[in-house]
Amino acid sequence: MITMSSMPSIRSREIKISQEIPISKTLKFWEGLKEGKIYATRCTNCGRLYFPPNADCPNCLTANIEWVELSKEAEIETFTHVVIRPTTFQQNKPYTVAIGKLKEGVKVLAWLTGFKLSEIKVGMKVKLAAKTTQEGTPTYGFEPLQPK
Amino acid sequence: MRKVAIIGVGNSKFGVRNDVTMSELAYEAVKPSFEDAGLTAKDVEFVALGSVGAGAWYEELLPAVVVSEYCGMTGAGLVRCEAACASGSAAFFTAYSAIASGQADIAMALGAEKMREIDNSTSMEWIGRAGYYFWEFHNFGMTFPAYYALYATAHMAKYGTTEEDLALVAVKNHKYAAMNPIAQLHNKVTVDDVLSSMVIASPLKLYDCCPMSDGAASIILASEEKVKELKIDTPIWVAGIGYSSGTANLSKRPDFVGLEASVLASQRAYKAANVTAEQLDLAEVHDCFTIAEIMAYEDIGLCKKGEGVKFLREGQTEIGGKIPVNMDGGLKAKGHPIGTTGCSMIYELTKQLREEAVEKGRQVPLKNYIGLAHNVGGTGHYCYVTILKR
Repeated sequence: MITMSSMPSIRSREIKISQEIPISKTLKFWEGLKEGKIYATRCTNCGRLYFPPNADCPNCLTANIEWVELSKEAEIETFTHVVIRPTTFQQNKPYTVAIGKLKEGVKVLAWLTGFKLSEIKVGMKVKLAAKTTQEGTPTYGFEPLQPK
Repeated sequence: MRKVAIIGVGNSKFGVRNDVTMSELAYEAVKPSFEDAGLTAKDVEFVALGSVGAGAWYEELLPAVVVSEYCGMTGAGLVRCEAACASGSAAFFTAYSAIASGQADIAMALGAEKMREIDNSTSMEWIGRAGYYFWEFHNFGMTFPAYYALYATAHMAKYGTTEEDLALVAVKNHKYAAMNPIAQLHNKVTVDDVLSSMVIASPLKLYDCCPMSDGAASIILASEEKVKELKIDTPIWVAGIGYSSGTANLSKRPDFVGLEASVLASQRAYKAANVTAEQLDLAEVHDCFTIAEIMAYEDIGLCKKGEGVKFLREGQTEIGGKIPVNMDGGLKAKGHPIGTTGCSMIYELTKQLREEAVEKGRQVPLKNYIGLAHNVGGTGHYCYVTILKR
């Protein structure tokens, strides 16, 4: 443990916290990632498309939703290269986060890999792909349109 | 609705305050606010505390209770308000509402935060988790510098804003913080200092970011009847408050060149106060990162959209310009104890509007005696705009 201060102090008791986050209502999305598919939800009532997927429509307040596979073609709206990382990402190398807009109109925030930082530009076309984290869990991210 | 005035203010020294507990720190703001108002702790009927890190970056889970006991206010009505970095303004609004509604005659808005009892990367973790843990932190490790860096990249791409332009915000705010005894950072910086500081989340560098801070600020509010009864010399009236919010997912925002919540909150505040941006003598804006101050100029209507950099470069937000902004050094250099900031902005506006006890170099010349505080929570998740008038 890092000592923070030269001032007299007493250390609080240590606890370890990890919440169990329910995914029953978005299971299709997480299962889809394992098959290389990225799903959004669409309200069958008003037609609005939701990403990240919503199990309920905030516009209609109904649960009449259907799962829709996204096209995966995205245009970068903005990005940043994260050098100084939080505690639970200390084991990762610095990473680039981007927000890309899909042709269906929804936007996705995810890591962008496969480029040098100097190559990344706002307006650039990239591909959204299902991926696996360093820890082996399903995720998604942006990558070059063509494998380099 | 009853008229409400600020009748007492106090602000602790901001910084790394490992010499005091949460309660002892709050006391440093509460005591001078009572002295300023000529009241005692027993006069306060209701206390709204803005504080975010309870149980996370400091150890107490019920800080309103702990702090009130320490400051002699046990028995008053208590609540802790959370609106992320706008918690202080949410507390101010809550205390204001208690009086405006007729429920209380004297209330306190208190901000108190201790962010430096844990290491910096864990503080970054907690704050990053506050973006949207499930969709933006869990897999993507978003930090707050990273969020505002996304805004900076988009603003640069759309309006041609440069890293040097961003640096000018830091140069200005450090200059005024150097004159402010309660500020955390007293070092003046140059554009080169900012540009050569380490990259945190590109294009933002160390000197584009506010520090992690400990600090407290206390504001005592009273009804018009009480102001008369107590014969308060220079009450500062709450002219209007506006608020709004933005989506939890950053990806659901329409664009990344401004905060819609700031636009709406400021329009509502101007309407409530019946004033225009042109009538303001000074403003406190939410400059947690340099890009945030430029966006704030544009979002709250100090200048047109896309002209924030020009406004800054012309010196319009310095003393002598159209509207001095962040004459206390801002979050950027005065420090940003996140639940405290909203109350600390009100502290500064009150001191400025009273033309008292502000160091000469940073006293704003007053014409209309109107000031505005713009306080953003999260990445535009919350926004409160408060307009004060002498």
